[in-house]
Amino acid sequence: MLRLASLALLLAIWWLGALYAGEQMLPGPVTVLDAIIAEARSGELFLNLGATLLRVALAFALAMAAGTAIGLLMGRVAIADRVGDPWLVVLLNLPALVIIVLAYVWGGLTETAAIAAVAINKLPNAIVTVREGARALDPGLDEMARVFGMARTTVLRHVVLPQLAPFLAAAARSGLALVWKIVLVVELLGRPNGVGFQIGVAFQLFDVTRILAYALAFVGVMLSIESLLVQPLERRVSRWRARVA
Amino acid sequence: MSPVGAPALLEVQIAHKAFVTASGARLDVLRDLAFTLDPGELGAFVGPSGCGKTTMLKIVAGLDADYRGRVVLPAAAKLGMVFQEPRLLHWRTVEQNVRLVAAAATADRLAELFHMLGLWEHRTHYPGELSVGLARRVALARALAIEPDLLILDEPFASLDAPLARRLRDELAALVDRLKITTMLVTHDVEEAIGLADRLFLLSARPAHILAEIPIAMRRSERSPNEIASIKDEIARQLRPLAT
Repeated sequence: MLRLASLALLLAIWWLGALYAGEQMLPGPVTVLDAIIAEARSGELFLNLGATLLRVALAFALAMAAGTAIGLLMGRVAIADRVGDPWLVVLLNLPALVIIVLAYVWGGLTETAAIAAVAINKLPNAIVTVREGARALDPGLDEMARVFGMARTTVLRHVVLPQLAPFLAAAARSGLALVWKIVLVVELLGRPNGVGFQIGVAFQLFDVTRILAYALAFVGVMLSIESLLVQPLERRVSRWRARVA
Repeated sequence: MSPVGAPALLEVQIAHKAFVTASGARLDVLRDLAFTLDPGELGAFVGPSGCGKTTMLKIVAGLDADYRGRVVLPAAAKLGMVFQEPRLLHWRTVEQNVRLVAAAATADRLAELFHMLGLWEHRTHYPGELSVGLARRVALARALAIEPDLLILDEPFASLDAPLARRLRDELAALVDRLKITTMLVTHDVEEAIGLADRLFLLSARPAHILAEIPIAMRRSERSPNEIASIKDEIARQLRPLAT
């Protein structure tokens, strides 16, 4: 209820701001909604949303998989941590724009270069979070698994990953938000479609309505992913916690 | 100690084990610690706190290879261990915890084990929903479910209130008699050790070695608190020359 009221307040401020600034600078909610509907009718909206979403999904999956593997290794093996840490610091402090431009220069304006650039931007972030999780693993459970002679894959799946779950969830949450913002920049700089490309075109035409239409449509998509996919998954993974008295 | 023709199940000879402390000093934990256990025998190890009992168990369990000496177990011997803390996986139910290590155990066998340990009604609960005593029983069920060749118990009744500890101890005594599993029990509680052991090993202070080895012939089920007290007195009398 409070959330809805808060959202209504945001819409009201937007509407008032539009009245004050004029439709040219800040189109009102109704104008933007009309634009979204028009783009949806022509099919453009879904094409561009789909292209962006696919890039987000691929880059996210790549970064999470590699980040989990490297983070686990660095959290568990002291030598790997000492060797990998300087690289990690460099990667963490390299601006996203530099990585994107270099990826396009070295890989050409290709889909591979675009997705790789986004994944590399997200990667250090995932590594740092998972490494923290790997350091926090319970050595007692590790000993238990060794005494009972559990297979490596069993240990990973049933002993290690469940302990990492909160860290993976945190990495996924922050990662998803980061990845889609970087995907837009990548599209703006070197892709012929997607939300970022559309916003770039709209920028050249000073079409604020279109910019807001695409941005909000995509925020809507990400919010539905969060509430329909991420949250139920988190609830499922932590169902044993909810039952603790 | 083993009778001729029946080889010992477990043979331990630890010549030396040391730790390096955080400040760089070397700490001798075990020195010339040797014993054997026969098949089906329960050996109880009693010693002062911090004398290296858990270190000894870790070496026998294969968790610590950094020592001089040897541990001889039959090839492919299955080890079941109950740690000082239950060490259960909180995200799996009681039954799933046991199943994870004992995939080969039949449903009948698990049901029997759960009934025996009073866990049947709790098999679908998560560890976070269990009391400490129940969680320890789950840890014991897990160790027994794999039908171990050697059962290792590290202070399994520590930090439990006395009546609960007594009940679990009686349950364990009955189980040991029934299942005839070779068992190493470590405890600092002499009465607990006397109540359960076929043979009692008294450990010295650090660096630990075996001070005395005392067989207890009386049947476990006949060991009343009075009997235990008198055995304890007897041991104290025997040990007086050693202690001074």
